[in-house]
Amino acid sequence: MTDIAADIPVVDFDPFSDEFLTDPYDYHRRMRDAGPVVHIPKYGILAVARHAEVHGVLNDWQTFISSAGVGLANFRTEKPFRPPSLILEADPPQHTRSRTVLSRILSPRTVQQIRSQFQEVAEALIDRLLEKGTIDGVKELGEAYPLKVFPDAVGLTEEGRENLLAYGDMVFNAFGPRNQLLINAAKRVEPLTDWIMTNCQRQNLRPGGFGDQIYQAVETGELTETEAPMLVRSFLSAGVDTTVNGIGNALWCLANHPDQWDKLHANPALARQAFEESLRFEAAVQTFFRTASRDCELAGAPIRSDTKMLTFLASANRDPRQWQNPDVFDIERRATGHMTFGSGLHGCVGQVVARLEGELILSTLARRVRRIEPLGPSTRRLNNTLRALASLPLRLHAA
Amino acid sequence: MPEVHLIQPGGQCVTLDVPVGTSIMQAAVSAGVAGIVAECGGSCMCATCHVYVEEAALTRLPPVQPAEHDMLECTAGERRFNSRLSCQVRMTEDLAGLSFTLPESQ
Repeated sequence: MTDIAADIPVVDFDPFSDEFLTDPYDYHRRMRDAGPVVHIPKYGILAVARHAEVHGVLNDWQTFISSAGVGLANFRTEKPFRPPSLILEADPPQHTRSRTVLSRILSPRTVQQIRSQFQEVAEALIDRLLEKGTIDGVKELGEAYPLKVFPDAVGLTEEGRENLLAYGDMVFNAFGPRNQLLINAAKRVEPLTDWIMTNCQRQNLRPGGFGDQIYQAVETGELTETEAPMLVRSFLSAGVDTTVNGIGNALWCLANHPDQWDKLHANPALARQAFEESLRFEAAVQTFFRTASRDCELAGAPIRSDTKMLTFLASANRDPRQWQNPDVFDIERRATGHMTFGSGLHGCVGQVVARLEGELILSTLARRVRRIEPLGPSTRRLNNTLRALASLPLRLHAA
Repeated sequence: MPEVHLIQPGGQCVTLDVPVGTSIMQAAVSAGVAGIVAECGGSCMCATCHVYVEEAALTRLPPVQPAEHDMLECTAGERRFNSRLSCQVRMTEDLAGLSFTLPESQ
């Protein structure tokens, strides 16, 4: 823990408590209104919750570094729970090495190649669900679709894919404190760790898939033998539980805003924009940390080197200083500039694939479904980082 | 404040005042200019803020970095010798008066 200046506004709540995670929006507003930088004494950290400062911190990677961890733990003083990610928890030049390869594999060009395959799966899945009529939007759509298309594209075996859900849940819980959420998630994942690392090995990855393409970069000398499985691990930890919740939250938004659903149904070309707005409105990834690499100042607040800085992405997405009517879900809004994928150097490297998945699910629903009817209350799956649903009972009415 | 001109494929021109240090993409999005989609918000991740730079001024721009070069391979509109991603071009006094033409699609 480092010194924090006494004149920085204090907020005395726990952003990783069940109450906060269940309904964060009023807490976000209180933080934004308290000041551009706030002090959370419970963890001895600083936080930013306004759009300008969240964007500013994420785009100043020299001052607010990632290599000391993007969770609460400071890797300069504490041992990480797993070997640090070579992209998420790295700074240049290591970050640049990893990012160059991953961004080539996950490029807009790749999206053009995988699009028709992803489209077919979306149509077949939604046709099946329409026959059923009554579904759990989380299990049967939000989880089922990414668990099929993304591991297929990575080139992962069919067997045991549901392990990726428990793994993702643990990785994203681990950015928070060692609270009950993390303890439970770690217990669930312990027996699965071997499965994860085994499936990062080249012999278990389909030739030509995203995973195999990482190993191809070893052949060309861009990456080392030890870096390759670590970067496949990044696909497995960041590529599923994020889109699962991106899609689940989009369904929740549309089921609960029938006027917006009607607009989408009338004009399926709005699908991409509607997904973008749901990313803004219910950010699947709520927070990330950075660490001050030196004594510095942000919006007038003095910050000591090694201070942990929590960025509230989801709060930036609803900052009235940035957005008109931020608490209104409006699929015709230009939601570009939301912070759900982060921003700058560390902006989500898989975002074009995530957008593809979201767009295809929403456009297919828009064409084939007339109405999405909520059947009773949804339940939350609390996570220290993710905004996630446990269940979302729905009835789909065919168009 | 220095200004730039954004020219739609149909020929209509919008003139924007751009603060020094702000990217051309950011200025276009803030002004609601159609044709600059900028899905990724400026992370050089999506190739949807593609512009063509007026030839005479090409050398006044900062050189294309590897990430931008790779992303320019993925533009929806044809890549030309004067293609740039407008999120990677930050305003300077030296760029005042420059014209950027938007592609047919992003």
